[in-house]
Amino acid sequence: MKYLVLVMAGLWRRKLRTALTLFSVLVAFVLFAYLSAIRVGLGQGVDVAGADRMFVWHAVSLAQPLPVSYLDRIRRIPGVKLVIHQSWFGGVYQDPKNFFAQMPVEPEPFLQMYPEYLLPEEQKEAWLRTRTGAIVGRRTAERFGFKIGDRIPLQTGIWMKEDGSTTWEFDIVGIFDGAKPGTDLTPMFFRYDYFDETRGVGKGLVGWYVVRVEDPSLAPAVARAIEREFANSSAEVKAESEKAFLQSWAKQIGDIGLILTAILSAVFFTILLVAGNTMAQSVRERTAELGVLKAMGFTHGQVLGLVLAESCLLSGTGCVLGLALGWLATAGGDPTGGALPVFYFPGKDMAAGLGLGLLLGLASGALPAWQAMRLRVAEALRRH
Amino acid sequence: MLRAWINWWVQVATLTWFNLASVPQRRGAVAAAMFGIAGVVGVFVGTLSIAEGFRHATTTAGSPRNVIVLRGGSDTEMVSILTGEEVRWIADAPGVASDEHGPLVSAEAFAIINLPKRSTGTEANVPLRGVGPAAMRVREGFRIVAGRMFDPGKDEVIAGRAAAAEFAGLEPGRRLRVGRQYWRVVGIFATEGGLAESEVWTDVRGFQAAYKRRNSYQTVLMRLRSEALFPVCREALEKDPRLNVKVMRQDEFYREQSTLVTNLITGLGSIIAGLMAIGATFGALNTMYSAVAARAREIATLRALGFPGGPIVVSILFESVLVALVGGLAGGLVSWAAFDGFQAATMNWQSFSQVAFTFDVTPRLMLGGIACALGIGLIGGLFPALRAARLPVAAALRES
Repeated sequence: MKYLVLVMAGLWRRKLRTALTLFSVLVAFVLFAYLSAIRVGLGQGVDVAGADRMFVWHAVSLAQPLPVSYLDRIRRIPGVKLVIHQSWFGGVYQDPKNFFAQMPVEPEPFLQMYPEYLLPEEQKEAWLRTRTGAIVGRRTAERFGFKIGDRIPLQTGIWMKEDGSTTWEFDIVGIFDGAKPGTDLTPMFFRYDYFDETRGVGKGLVGWYVVRVEDPSLAPAVARAIEREFANSSAEVKAESEKAFLQSWAKQIGDIGLILTAILSAVFFTILLVAGNTMAQSVRERTAELGVLKAMGFTHGQVLGLVLAESCLLSGTGCVLGLALGWLATAGGDPTGGALPVFYFPGKDMAAGLGLGLLLGLASGALPAWQAMRLRVAEALRRH
Repeated sequence: MLRAWINWWVQVATLTWFNLASVPQRRGAVAAAMFGIAGVVGVFVGTLSIAEGFRHATTTAGSPRNVIVLRGGSDTEMVSILTGEEVRWIADAPGVASDEHGPLVSAEAFAIINLPKRSTGTEANVPLRGVGPAAMRVREGFRIVAGRMFDPGKDEVIAGRAAAAEFAGLEPGRRLRVGRQYWRVVGIFATEGGLAESEVWTDVRGFQAAYKRRNSYQTVLMRLRSEALFPVCREALEKDPRLNVKVMRQDEFYREQSTLVTNLITGLGSIIAGLMAIGATFGALNTMYSAVAARAREIATLRALGFPGGPIVVSILFESVLVALVGGLAGGLVSWAAFDGFQAATMNWQSFSQVAFTFDVTPRLMLGGIACALGIGLIGGLFPALRAARLPVAAALRES
């Protein structure tokens, strides 16, 4: 503690430079927060997927529908615990820019399949009572100001109603939250029975199936069994774990995601390098002073500690402030208007950021500290 | 008056030379600042070249003379549907051009197939388009670059140049399995860059049979005799009581189709470049402040010799702008070498299909990057320069 004064004096010596270095480090860590959030948004490092969930879709493309009759056939396959179907509604709320996903589902099995969607019990009951009822994620509800009891119209290009109209109305009966920070809180779910009866085209067809297996370790075997069940039919299927599905989905975005994250990492390290260089420089300039300290009886170790403490304090402060600011900035959610529904700064990455901050302090302090430690007093004083 | 003016600039030149001569002594700090600024410009040019390339691919695909007709209310080709009868009515619209083979109207069908990406081996959504003979005449610059055109009625396909580069299994001679259907790849085609090059084309009759679509299509693409006829054509189709259609210029349609991805790339790109610019400005400020601090005594000596503040400020600004320019140029060139012409593909959520495109480092982007570097150099030099000019001479001379 008694050395703190000395460390602070070292930093205070050139207030402006200290402040500028601090800000550079801070900016670097704000970038780091964005980098993590973008990685999450692009589906790299997906870890929200349930290990026991599988996706089953038309082998030609996810865009091809499957008959709803597959539900019972999949359910009978050994190892399958629960199966539900979902479809893509593709509705537009007021303007195509207001993108969010909507899917018709069967409420009860759906909520069983996705325990990470937290819906209050009375809202769930309301959903079961209301045929035109829909539940919507907290983020979308806040974005458009949807409240329970609202009736919202959606325009759809895909699903013309039996009467030829393309406007569907839904009653918001529930707003769900997520059990984990990575839960996607942008979609809306509504009832399949209402959907199937009202649509004028494609009755009896669904988009894809989600399957829960009894034992995650048997998932690959169950997937092959499901694929075999429908082999050589007019609609063959492909089955894959939710994680693999999401990853291949992320890979569709492809090189862009990779390049953006590569660029961000390059930026992050460039700023760190420049800041580190400045910190090292400020120690080199004070060689003579360190010589004085040694002449006064400071040991090698003490001088080493002083220099390291100074650089760690500076980079640590910048790092913590930067991470905090980055967390605040990314908490506002998707900066791209709907392209990245899941966008947050994971705690795991925040811990990694703190580690990097410490590493920066050690690395930028190490060389000058070592030089300072080996300094001969006479030489240091002469260097004046 | 003139003499004083010349004298002033001679002083600036002398001082600048004097400054630059001391750069080797402070090479570490100068290199760090250059490096930082090179990074900013490199990132700026690099990220925006992605957006630029994507925009290029999606906009040059469309000609303002071409009109795309979809079912009313549909925002993508995939969800649109038009019957054979409706297609005939649409083809009668006023303003449609024709050539010696007949009217330039192409009724097309559209589906998504899965093909493995070359780079990762993972499956990606590739558009498969069923086209009639007019499709090649409606689109400008269509040509076969390898192999030959498909033979209608023979289950053959041709692949766009970008698609063939990005996805495996599209070499001429290969068989393509889609569901239980086999198609033979017989050629590679090009269309002046643009979206169609990311697609696989086949005869629309064979397509309809394979997908059990009977006589239905998804869109109609037609060429007008002149751009100015678009409003007439649109009004006629939208007022036709037999039809419920949406009529758009082709270029407008593609622009609308790609807003989400363009927003994503430019949104993220500007956040990154903005933060990087702030970081680099701090770096440049730091470098120039320490340069001024290190030479406080020299500067004080010059002032004592009678050099006025103005030339000192300008000479320091010159140095910092020069450092920024060199860094900016280096960053821009590295970025240009690394990114220009880089082949990539990404998912366009709106059309649910892959778009293959090449990154495009345009002169405008390069100039933007250099301007950014200049700005950083000016800000980074100005404050330290002002400090140098205000340095109290006596105190600075006494400083060690």
